[in-house]
Amino acid sequence: MTGAGLFAYLVFFLTFAGIYALLAQGLNVQWGFAGMLNVGVAAFFAIGAYTSAIVTTSVSAGHLGGFGLPWPLGFLAAMVIAALLGLFIGLVTLNLRSDYLAIASIGIAEIVRLVLKNEEWLTGGVRGIAGIPRPLDGVVPGQNALVLLALVIVLIGLVYWGLERIYRAPWGRVQRGIRDNEAAARAMGKDSLVFRLQAFVIGCALMGLSGAVYAHFVGFISPEAFDPVFATFIVWVMLIAGGSGNNRGAILGAFVIWGVWSGTQFVTNQLPAEYVTQASALRVLLIGVLLQVILIYRPEGLLPERPPKPIWRRD
Amino acid sequence: MIEVLQLLLYGTLLGSIIALGAVGVTLTFGILGFANFAHGDLMTLGAYVCFLIYTQLALPFWLGVAAAVPATIFAAMVIDRVLFRRFRQSRPIISLISSFGAALILRSLIQIVWGTGTYMYSAQIVLAQRFYGIRYKWDQLGIILTTLGIVVGLHLFLGRTKVGKAMRAMADNPTLARLSGIDTERVIVWTWVIGGGLAALAGLFLAMDTRLQPEMGWFLLLACFAAAILGGVGKPMGAIAGGYIIGIMMELSTLVLPTEYSPVVPFAILVVLLLFRPTGLFAGRSS
Repeated sequence: MTGAGLFAYLVFFLTFAGIYALLAQGLNVQWGFAGMLNVGVAAFFAIGAYTSAIVTTSVSAGHLGGFGLPWPLGFLAAMVIAALLGLFIGLVTLNLRSDYLAIASIGIAEIVRLVLKNEEWLTGGVRGIAGIPRPLDGVVPGQNALVLLALVIVLIGLVYWGLERIYRAPWGRVQRGIRDNEAAARAMGKDSLVFRLQAFVIGCALMGLSGAVYAHFVGFISPEAFDPVFATFIVWVMLIAGGSGNNRGAILGAFVIWGVWSGTQFVTNQLPAEYVTQASALRVLLIGVLLQVILIYRPEGLLPERPPKPIWRRD
Repeated sequence: MIEVLQLLLYGTLLGSIIALGAVGVTLTFGILGFANFAHGDLMTLGAYVCFLIYTQLALPFWLGVAAAVPATIFAAMVIDRVLFRRFRQSRPIISLISSFGAALILRSLIQIVWGTGTYMYSAQIVLAQRFYGIRYKWDQLGIILTTLGIVVGLHLFLGRTKVGKAMRAMADNPTLARLSGIDTERVIVWTWVIGGGLAALAGLFLAMDTRLQPEMGWFLLLACFAAAILGGVGKPMGAIAGGYIIGIMMELSTLVLPTEYSPVVPFAILVVLLLFRPTGLFAGRSS
């Protein structure tokens, strides 16, 4: 690979890892902050991608819209729609124990998958949606990929800043309280359902944002791009490997695990072509084993959670 | 009318398969305290082991069944030994995450061994028989009757034997069961024997009725969870009733919904249930 090719690959790699970092940050609000198990990450990601695609593409007979609106509106709509879906599923399950949320969220993932595939008027069906405009194209001539990467980094930074603030704020403290001892938090007068619902919806909105970035990055989306199981799973591995509850851990985990995942591709590419299906299954297997090893030997992840020290008040 | 009766037959068939899967789900949920996301892929494993013996090695079908059941039980126990047992002292939710990983490990192993294509047990095309206009195949009647036999056997096992009673006690209240001197690790072994064995049969029946495909069990998992919650978590007989209800509702839904949306039915039932009666129809353990 030439130097320029290597650089282009690096930019591509970092952009992709950045999109996953946004997902992991969203999941961190749900699982890391509030202890809620969302197994439908891919669904919220896909909703975000499709929403932004429909909002920003030009009019097409192949799917709903498009409305040809500017990309920031697409991003915003993606977050809102993903949040609304999260609100619905949250209202149904959040007053039950966390297993029920996990079960219901695979249902949501399944429904989203079916709708993407079957509702052609809305999503273009299996043909997908093409021609999604790339944000900020031509701002720096010839450096479109780099500009998009910068946008992703800015978004990660903004989200990080926001999440650190809410994590340290009383709101975050209540979340940790509910996560670690719900009965005690309720006894202190905290409405655990409302707090959990807030954390869940924020997380879903971030997943929607990530999906929007993805759609504009690749320019073409179709149902195959959103394997509901694996997309969800790898985000889980990223967060747990990086450190649940730690905002820096979520970002680090995304880059590390995406590196491992991409690295295994270099290895399996050496295998003869007839083993292609086996090779991709082998890569999933390795990530699955990696998760188990982390859960057993380092459940706190690379960067363990560090809640701020309690403030002692003198009464 | 004939159409409705036809769907009822198909629903009972699908319900039998879901019921067998849901027993394992409800037992693990009740006894070990977590929703086992690897259960669907245990079903898939059972189906593929039978495929290996019966189709690939051309041995008798009963030998395929006789191999699939212990192989699946063995896989379930290995997963429990290597993974879930380590997480028994931590929060059950960690086991759930681990089981999600175990599901993907199982599925990728199946893909590595058998590839990603779809198969059938037998290339022979069996024509449906007709009974006053209702189509059926002998295979399908066999599945329904075998399941009924298993249900009766399971009912006797849980009601009459000491292990069965211990299992029900533990599914109902693990702490109380432990305090009254029940050997919990032994009950857990039996949980995997019953859950894993029935999962193998569920997968095998599903493969007989449709096709083999690496994701076949995963796609049925939501229906099994819904059946387990419908029947009340920790109640095997409730899970079986739930399985039949969900199977029949899924088939009947094709009267009003496009066929490709029948997987949505278990989710819809689950949502309604969680909103109005989260402990299940037969009042299982509260959440």
